Amino acid sequence: MNAILVALIGIVIFALGYRYYSKFVAEKIFRLDPNYVTPAHRYKDGVDFVPTNKFILWGHHFTSVAGAAPIVGPAIALYWGWLPAFLWVILGTVFAAGVHDFGTLALSVRNKGQSVGTIAEKLIGKRGKILFLFIILTLVLMVNAVFAWVIANLFITYPSSVLPVFIQIPLAIWIGYAVYKRNVKMLVPSLIALVIMYVAAILSADIAFLQIDLVAYMGGEDGTGLFGLSTVSTAFLIWIIILMIYVYIASTLPVWKLLQPRDFINSHQLVVGLGILYLGLLFTNPQITAPLTNPKPDISWLPLLFITIACGAISGFHGLVSSGTSSKQLNNETDARFVGYFGAVGEGILALISILAVATLFASTADFNAAYASFNQANAGGLGNFVEGAAVLAGGLGISANISTTIVSIIVVSFAATTLDTAVRLMRYIIAEIGAEYKVNVLTKPHVATSVAVLSSTALVLIPEGPNGFGSGGYLIWPLFGTANQLLAGISLLLISIWLKRLGRNYAYTLIPMIFLMFMTLYALFQQVLFEWSWVGSNSNTLLFVLGAIIFVFAAWIALTSFQALTGKFDQSIKDD
Amino acid sequence: MLGKVKQLITFYEEVLSMPHRQEIARELRNEDDMFLLLLYSEMLGIPNPVYYYTLELYPYMMENYHEWHLRMGMEKSPMTGFRCC
Repeated sequence: MNAILVALIGIVIFALGYRYYSKFVAEKIFRLDPNYVTPAHRYKDGVDFVPTNKFILWGHHFTSVAGAAPIVGPAIALYWGWLPAFLWVILGTVFAAGVHDFGTLALSVRNKGQSVGTIAEKLIGKRGKILFLFIILTLVLMVNAVFAWVIANLFITYPSSVLPVFIQIPLAIWIGYAVYKRNVKMLVPSLIALVIMYVAAILSADIAFLQIDLVAYMGGEDGTGLFGLSTVSTAFLIWIIILMIYVYIASTLPVWKLLQPRDFINSHQLVVGLGILYLGLLFTNPQITAPLTNPKPDISWLPLLFITIACGAISGFHGLVSSGTSSKQLNNETDARFVGYFGAVGEGILALISILAVATLFASTADFNAAYASFNQANAGGLGNFVEGAAVLAGGLGISANISTTIVSIIVVSFAATTLDTAVRLMRYIIAEIGAEYKVNVLTKPHVATSVAVLSSTALVLIPEGPNGFGSGGYLIWPLFGTANQLLAGISLLLISIWLKRLGRNYAYTLIPMIFLMFMTLYALFQQVLFEWSWVGSNSNTLLFVLGAIIFVFAAWIALTSFQALTGKFDQSIKDD
Repeated sequence: MLGKVKQLITFYEEVLSMPHRQEIARELRNEDDMFLLLLYSEMLGIPNPVYYYTLELYPYMMENYHEWHLRMGMEKSPMTGFRCC
């Protein structure tokens, strides 16, 4: 099948979803009121609460939510064939993600711009809030481990991407300094930084001397590593240690010094990446060689598909951004539709190109089947396949294979690294909040909380058990990461449903995706915890069993608490502003 | 056409600078709060040898002070000495 046609079908459905479905939800369900005084106006303080133009707010919202996850998930999920992944990304975005992102924004706007965590306390009580905090904590812990694993592996597979990625750090510090201390406008410096990065990429793609290839330094894959480990494992260990030291520093520095300027450079990369990939698709006009569906998968798509494509279809992380920053800056309540729903559509477009890049990579269906022979293989190779596939698309624009793989891997690493920075910072805040809640004052200190965050993430990513040997942690917990993320999205949808119910509105449009998502997530979790990771399971693993069981208990608990709230037995009402 | 390109660039620049502008405003606000504390620490029981002089700034600081206590979630001024609302 022709890939351009598939992309067009997807984009047309997204457009129809935005044009009709989101309009219906905005007018009939959330009943957005253009005369409502939004928190941005009511609490206007020039810092957090600033009325902002909807296009600008959308741009900011989209760049905050789009990251490496909508790329990694679909690339793995192609294991079940391209159609299931395509359908879930398209329908999930239109009926679940759009409503979720839009709903959290609307809910937060009607509740003084507070975050979903705080609103959870109002809707389902204090216990609900603490459970919520624990789920977010588990989620960010996994984000750290998974993305550190992603970056370390890309550094090992594509050593030419190391130099450009490392050059980004001093460049970002320079931009932060220029913009903040010298009051320079940021567009030009951040574009210069991007050009420098890409020049470094072009040079290091072809000059072996500039490639920081730790495995080659140790004598190739057959050489001798440290502590009796193989060279690949040693390289992995070294990269993880370097990354963790980096995130420790990055997450304790003031945000303007490193985090924000990195975001500025990465926003350009998002534009460049999407532009290259969609234009490349037009120019190469490739055929999809991946099968429509996988006739004999070793693991069923039900329910795993829905947690493998964690972002891209629907993501709990988006709710945190929607209710965290975007809701405080909404100029007019009716803008929520554009910012929230269209933000989710933007992420869907990224996930769609990820599916197409991998689905068109292989010369024949037999090649695809060989690369995606088992779910484990898909899990381990998905990301690499995306990089290769995206490079082929970029090749349509006349970029050489070496350079395009380097640039694509830089884009993925940059997205993953920014998420990592933010997630470690977020984890630090949550640890401090839990410390304050339980009066463990030592946890409220920034360096103690950051150390706990960094050390636990390192321990998780370095789990030596598993099919990949040392460093299997990140690879094994991808489904768990998906689970926690989807669970968060489910809980947010539930909060929106409770809110709508208490307002006496039709809450079916948020309740149905919530039930679907919660069912799939809990089903997947139950199946994995009991039949895979437990001592009777096929793939017994104590750590995964414990982590999975903890999430399962939290999820079941919060689902019950929320069910009580939904059925009206919970004696706490919420006042709509 | 050129006008449209310029508009697009301005839009893009705005998207980029939004979180940065926020961060600068936050830092400035923290500095202002600190300054306010230095000026009127005497009212909180922290001895301030130049209090007599800083008190002269009182009429100029009124607006800022009022904004501060609202931002801190207090509807009315928490200090009896300060009558701003």
